[in-house]
Amino acid sequence: MHLLEFRNISMHFGGIKAIEDLDMRVKENQIMSIIGPNGAGKTTIFNCITGLTRPVKGSIFFSDVNIVNLQPHEIARLGIARTFQNIRLFKEMSVIDNIIVAQHCRTSSGIIDAVLILRKFRLEERIIREKAMEYLEFVGLYDFANTMSGSLPYGAQRKLEIARALASEPSLILLDEPTAGMNPQETVQVMELIEKIKKLGKTVLLIEHDMKVVMGISEWIVVMDHGVKIAEGIPEDIKNNKLVIEAYLGKEY
Amino acid sequence: MLLQQLINGITLGSVYALIALGYSMVYGILELINFAHGEIYMLGAYFGIIFFGFLTVLGVTNYSIFLSLILTFLLSIMFCSAYGFTIEKIAYKPLRNSTRLSPLISAIGVSIFLQNYVMLTQGATDKVFPNLFGARGFYFLSIRMTYIQLFIIIVSILIMIFLRLFIRRTKIGKAMRAVAQDKTMASLVGINIDTIISITFIIGSALAAVAGLMVAMYYGLVNYFIGYIAGIKAFTAAVLGGIGSIRGAMVGGLLLGLVESLGGSYISGEYKDAYAFVILIIILLVKPGGLFRKAELEKV
Amino acid sequence: MSLLKPLIISIWFALLFLPFKGLKAALFFLIILLLTLLLFNSLFRYKNIFKDPLQKIFNLFEFNILTPLYESIYLRYVLFAALLVIPFFVKDYVLDVAILSCIYIILALGLNVVVGFAGLLNLGFVAFYAIGAYTYALLNTKLGIGFWSALPFSMLLTTIAGFLLAIPALRLRGDYLAIVTLGFGEIVRLILNNWDTLTKGPNGISGISTPVVFSFTFYKLTHFYYLLLFFVAITIFITKRVHKSRIGRAWIAIREDEIAASTIGINTTMYKLYAFAFGAFWAGLAGSIFAAKMQFVSPESFTFMESVLILCMVILGGSGSISGVIVGAFLLVLLPELLREVQLYRMLALGAGLVILMIFRPRGILGGKSASLRI
Repeated sequence: MHLLEFRNISMHFGGIKAIEDLDMRVKENQIMSIIGPNGAGKTTIFNCITGLTRPVKGSIFFSDVNIVNLQPHEIARLGIARTFQNIRLFKEMSVIDNIIVAQHCRTSSGIIDAVLILRKFRLEERIIREKAMEYLEFVGLYDFANTMSGSLPYGAQRKLEIARALASEPSLILLDEPTAGMNPQETVQVMELIEKIKKLGKTVLLIEHDMKVVMGISEWIVVMDHGVKIAEGIPEDIKNNKLVIEAYLGKEY
Repeated sequence: MLLQQLINGITLGSVYALIALGYSMVYGILELINFAHGEIYMLGAYFGIIFFGFLTVLGVTNYSIFLSLILTFLLSIMFCSAYGFTIEKIAYKPLRNSTRLSPLISAIGVSIFLQNYVMLTQGATDKVFPNLFGARGFYFLSIRMTYIQLFIIIVSILIMIFLRLFIRRTKIGKAMRAVAQDKTMASLVGINIDTIISITFIIGSALAAVAGLMVAMYYGLVNYFIGYIAGIKAFTAAVLGGIGSIRGAMVGGLLLGLVESLGGSYISGEYKDAYAFVILIIILLVKPGGLFRKAELEKV
Repeated sequence: MSLLKPLIISIWFALLFLPFKGLKAALFFLIILLLTLLLFNSLFRYKNIFKDPLQKIFNLFEFNILTPLYESIYLRYVLFAALLVIPFFVKDYVLDVAILSCIYIILALGLNVVVGFAGLLNLGFVAFYAIGAYTYALLNTKLGIGFWSALPFSMLLTTIAGFLLAIPALRLRGDYLAIVTLGFGEIVRLILNNWDTLTKGPNGISGISTPVVFSFTFYKLTHFYYLLLFFVAITIFITKRVHKSRIGRAWIAIREDEIAASTIGINTTMYKLYAFAFGAFWAGLAGSIFAAKMQFVSPESFTFMESVLILCMVILGGSGSISGVIVGAFLLVLLPELLREVQLYRMLALGAGLVILMIFRPRGILGGKSASLRI
């Protein structure tokens, strides 16, 4: 069963073709990686999936719904969440509030509930707070709940962003270079975290430069170069693929 | 009647265009709406009156009106540029790395400060610029045009041609364009960003000074609050043509001047000041990039 | 060396000042400026001596020390009790200032929703204030509708106006949005000024009646004081509740990072709309009360400067923080009253103050720790 399917997606910026006729499928409950040199169009793929940019051509099906023309918040509601290459936390909010606010589309209290402090409001607040603590525990940030998220150390910020993505209860989670700038120890922690996310029954789509991470946890790899998919397969095949080696190292090698 | 209003509109429009250029250049480089720019224009008008009066006292005016006018223009330009330069150093430079809204609020602060500064030192009543040309004029294709109108239009055209050449041909002009496109790259190739920003403020202020002085000559009356409304209108002109673009500022200024003088006489004079705002709102909503600019993509 | 720099700076500013007041004044200005700079310089040299006490004073303003005080429930009771008995001890003049403060507190709390919570700069907030005031003024003078019946209507109308402005304006980013809101404010003022048949133009509308509760008519300042205390309490309560709810959190998320907010499922356009409308709602309340209190409205009360003043209240205390905004509004009403003699320099100081605030404490005097002070 395919959770996400790209059909003929093209994206151009001015004259530059960021993605060209991309077909791609993501299986449910799989960890899939997209790799490729800088400028290959990886982040653009994420932006297309989350509705931040609208492809010029093609369609993206997410559990059989075409999401190409949807707004980012509608896509999030359907069950897609992401992290960003350059961390985008709500810096002036506490760590726990970052998680609480991410449950926005799974809650429904309105202005009246809040002003009159109705039962529904109190109940909902209690539940999302408890859930938030669970998510923090899941990524190992339980002790930081009341810290300002902007003052967290770098590695913790990346983990918090993952937790925030999880909190919106997605079935597909997109991680844009989750281990960038991390030390080896933290990298291992994130790899374990990704495996744990898969165990929750979620599907993970990963952009990553660290080949140890990619080869270590991916079940399927898509290789992009200059906006075109040049190869895909299981890690062992990708390692030995001539085209991939050329794309990374140049033709002479 | 229609042609007459056209001439009035073009005169007014040239002034807006001169002020709009200052907004546009600063926005192009700093992405800042220099809210205080209208006050520089107001200062220009005041300096005109002050220096012309001073020269009259000295007797230069009796000797040659032409010479004293040139001196007035030069002094006014010098002082306005100095003000523009100083404002940037005090109110904007420390905020260069802060949020987008801080410099805008700071600019509003500068604007309020300058208005009241002029009011306190020069009084709240209208100041008069001596009427040099009278209402004298000539007929051209059956339209009456005063000498001062002709003067404003010609000076504005000359300045705009000059500015265009300056930005296209000179080293500084090219550096300005480079900074506007990419500050980091520009500094990597050895352009001193601070100097370029200062020069931009100086040039913009000089243009505003000329505009202010010409308006003082045209209307004869100056007040400390003329900068606010003229500033807003010039900003509208800049947005109309596409902010950041020099050509856009010129065309936008002329268009706005025409709309105002035609609308003022054919639709309603009472709402004359509202036209600029209505146009501004419509343009921003329909074509936020202005008439001559493609809408830009926001980086993710 | 240490003398050269202050000297150059003083000469430069004296030169800038020269055309306005002549040589003598410029020289005087030069000397004053030079002395001030030198004084500051020498103080700066001994800054280590001052550093500690200064830091302590600064810390006082930080939340970590004052928070327990703000949060202390007893303090609130004491404060509340004090506010209740004030009218028995003070002159009418003080009461008048207190009433004015209250109106501005409501306005500032309303604008705080837009600027402080959602992070959208609104430079035309006064338009909603004006719409609120004129709606009550017109309903009352033309149709004879009383304050309490007109109030919901005028608040509804301003809320709708907030929506109507926001729908198109929210497609714009940051400073463009600011300019469009400014334009909206000016258009509203021009309409009030020129639509003579309805608004009586610059002459304004007079003879507006004051509120009546069960055949008891509000006419004394004390009455208005309690009325406003009541409304301020309601405003604080509701804005606080909303701030701490799902909606308030969504606003702050949008302020912090709009793109990230949209990818966690917040309909950013919709919530920005809410912020505009909810902010306008309070301006409608403040406007109606203002009209009822003054029994007179004219376009003069709703200029751009008024928008700037309310904005200053929001950022002076610390935008986003409700107690900060209240302190800001109170200070900006109080200071000019205290500085009566230098009334003329009020706006000059306000302008300079804005610049200084943006440079040194962009989050306001109570606005929590700024990044540079956190360390």
